Amino acid sequence: MTNAITTTLPRVADPGTSAPAARDLDSKRGFGDKVFDRMTSASGLAVLAIMLAVGLFLAIEARQALSKAGWSFFTTAQWETGRGTFGISAILLGTVLIAIVAVTVATPISLGAALFITEVAPTWVRSTMIALVDLMAAVPSVVYGLWGLKLLQGQVVGVSRWLNTWFGWIPIFKVNGADPKNPLTNATVFTASVFVAGLVVAMMVMPIACVVMRQVFSQVPVGEREGAFALGSTRWGMIRVVALPFGRGGIIGGTMLGLGRALGETIAVVLIISPRNTITAHVLEAGTNSVSALIATRYNEESGLGLSGLFAAGLVLFGITLFINFTASWFISRSRSGASSEA
Amino acid sequence: MTSTLLADDPMMGLAPLPDPLFDRPDVHGVPMSSPAPSATIVPRRPPVSSPAQQRRAIRGWARNDVMMLSGALLSALSTTVLLFGRITPLSGQFGFAVVGFVVFLATYAVILSVTENRPAVIDRVVTVLLVGAALVAVIAVTSVVFFTLWRGKDALWRPNTYTSDMSQTGPNEGLDKGGIGHAIVGTLIVIALALVLTVPLGVACAVYLNEKATRVAGFVRTVVTAMTALPSIVAGLLILSTWIIILHHEYSGLAAAFAVSIVMLPIIIRAADVVLRLVPGNMREAAAALGAPQWRTVWHVVLPTARSGLTTSVILGVARGIGETAPVLLTAGFTNSINVDPLKGNMVTLPLTAYNLIKSPLPSQVARGFAAAAVLILLVLILFIIARVLGGRPVGQLSKRQARRAAARSLRDLARCEAHGRIAGVAVSSEVAS
Repeated sequence: MTNAITTTLPRVADPGTSAPAARDLDSKRGFGDKVFDRMTSASGLAVLAIMLAVGLFLAIEARQALSKAGWSFFTTAQWETGRGTFGISAILLGTVLIAIVAVTVATPISLGAALFITEVAPTWVRSTMIALVDLMAAVPSVVYGLWGLKLLQGQVVGVSRWLNTWFGWIPIFKVNGADPKNPLTNATVFTASVFVAGLVVAMMVMPIACVVMRQVFSQVPVGEREGAFALGSTRWGMIRVVALPFGRGGIIGGTMLGLGRALGETIAVVLIISPRNTITAHVLEAGTNSVSALIATRYNEESGLGLSGLFAAGLVLFGITLFINFTASWFISRSRSGASSEA
Repeated sequence: MTSTLLADDPMMGLAPLPDPLFDRPDVHGVPMSSPAPSATIVPRRPPVSSPAQQRRAIRGWARNDVMMLSGALLSALSTTVLLFGRITPLSGQFGFAVVGFVVFLATYAVILSVTENRPAVIDRVVTVLLVGAALVAVIAVTSVVFFTLWRGKDALWRPNTYTSDMSQTGPNEGLDKGGIGHAIVGTLIVIALALVLTVPLGVACAVYLNEKATRVAGFVRTVVTAMTALPSIVAGLLILSTWIIILHHEYSGLAAAFAVSIVMLPIIIRAADVVLRLVPGNMREAAAALGAPQWRTVWHVVLPTARSGLTTSVILGVARGIGETAPVLLTAGFTNSINVDPLKGNMVTLPLTAYNLIKSPLPSQVARGFAAAAVLILLVLILFIIARVLGGRPVGQLSKRQARRAAARSLRDLARCEAHGRIAGVAVSSEVAS
């Protein structure tokens, strides 16, 4: 036991002797501490290494496809690796559309739920709601996929049909093959669409954004909050002038974190959509594709160039989500509430 | 009644005249005339000139509020039924709920505006909106959980679901044959391996983030945050490219565990980092002041103090890792039979089985898929409840048993110190310590 605790008691100087020499404040780190330093630093660097390795190895595997396709990889819609024409423009558009639908639906709900938890709910409801939202984040994505496929889709088809019938003149609500005059149009033109997939992904995005927003709103200074009330503000008045401005960084950051999650969601999207690689913004129409869905459905059918193409698609997805996540944490840390925020 | 009591009272004649300025305490049925010597005599306040103010109720619901709310609800319900059935061809409960909510908001606002001013109307309507948003979350999570359990119930109560695999069972056979035992075994093996990999690395990294306030540590923290939202399929791609394509290993449980670890690691680090940050600084300083080197401070003070929170963070990581499908899909392969060797041969986990079975057009396969999902969600629920129970206690607060153990440990340390004579010159005895 070379490192047993040794307590050094301060020596009491005799009053008659000269003043004690200044103590050396440099701490000499023993053998145990050196090992400790090495091990913890190594674990921290290991995380960096994993992140670097993701980028590095995806790039290595993607090189073949990217050098073959060049810039056309970003402009081609088809994915026919056998004929050498493949690109991710349609797939990327599908990914982004699903994420936009998800974030558009999830952001108001998560903002409302976060404000409900911090401002409206009595204490016992508050703790239950926090637990429920955390549980919502822990539900596996495959379960959301099953739920969306077997329960939600049947409910949503009616809404899609209604949107198409009354707002079909807006381009994004247009559906090829659906006749607004005929209410008995086959329901299958409305299933497996960006809209349904986006709604399911919204259920997964909601808790992530909600947790960040709740943490930010719970840090609103009590003084400002009570000041607003003392000036005669209603609850909404307080939220509008105190809570929302204070939590702006958290709202933006939480939404962007959710966007990152929505872009990368795989299994729920695969279960719902029917793959189709065409450039279209018709969100209600059956058939779309996303980068991660493409990888999940094609990885064991492809080899050589095709597999390399999938890695290239994965690399693009990695780059986009990395950019969005860094931006999100930048927003959260730059905001007034962000210094002690956990996100 | 009082008069008989008064008549029996021997002190009656001695009772002092009532002082007009003092209230007589009339407690516990003691008659007014018998002064209780121990009771406090409360001075009567001079009468207030203004009439007594009634205490205003600032919380709760007035009758007016309840009437307006229920009136708006009723009106919205009937309007929606009318709208829905007669005017627009919308169908499904989902559409009904959305339209009903919008109509309710409008009706409520109109009813409120009869008596209230504008800010009050807006405040009430916004409150309803916030409650509505919370309700959506509650309905979503309960419907997800109960729908899965409900659809899986046919297979859930059969023991063969848990004990057998699908190797001897055709996809068309009923639920009394075959099961998802292979997926349960696979899930347990993959998660156990992932835990062995992530717990030491994750906790060590969290300690690193907390103990070293360097610029590198700050950068690592940012990277970890970004990694929590790493698409899980990208984690699968990394293991596919390195372990399987470049190093020529086969699809296996170990590869799946690697991929799942990449997903779990940032979650564990983030949660553990937050917990370690809550350890009071004076405990660290006390250890340092006693001359403990840093590694001993961490090992004997910081980590034990944060133990329950660290367990919670690991459990949250497990709950996430157990449900990951995409990384397992790319790295584990697929099999219908039980495989207990993570180094050789394909392996499946519960989410992957659910995903594969649910795509089948056969009803019995779909039912098995739902059973797999239901088992998965039950596992997540159990883990979640354990995490809640453990995480309910703030950092550094010990349970009774832990406090007893800690006291016993200090006594043992004291005995050891005395035996070594290290604390010579200071009068320390076991009596003082205990």
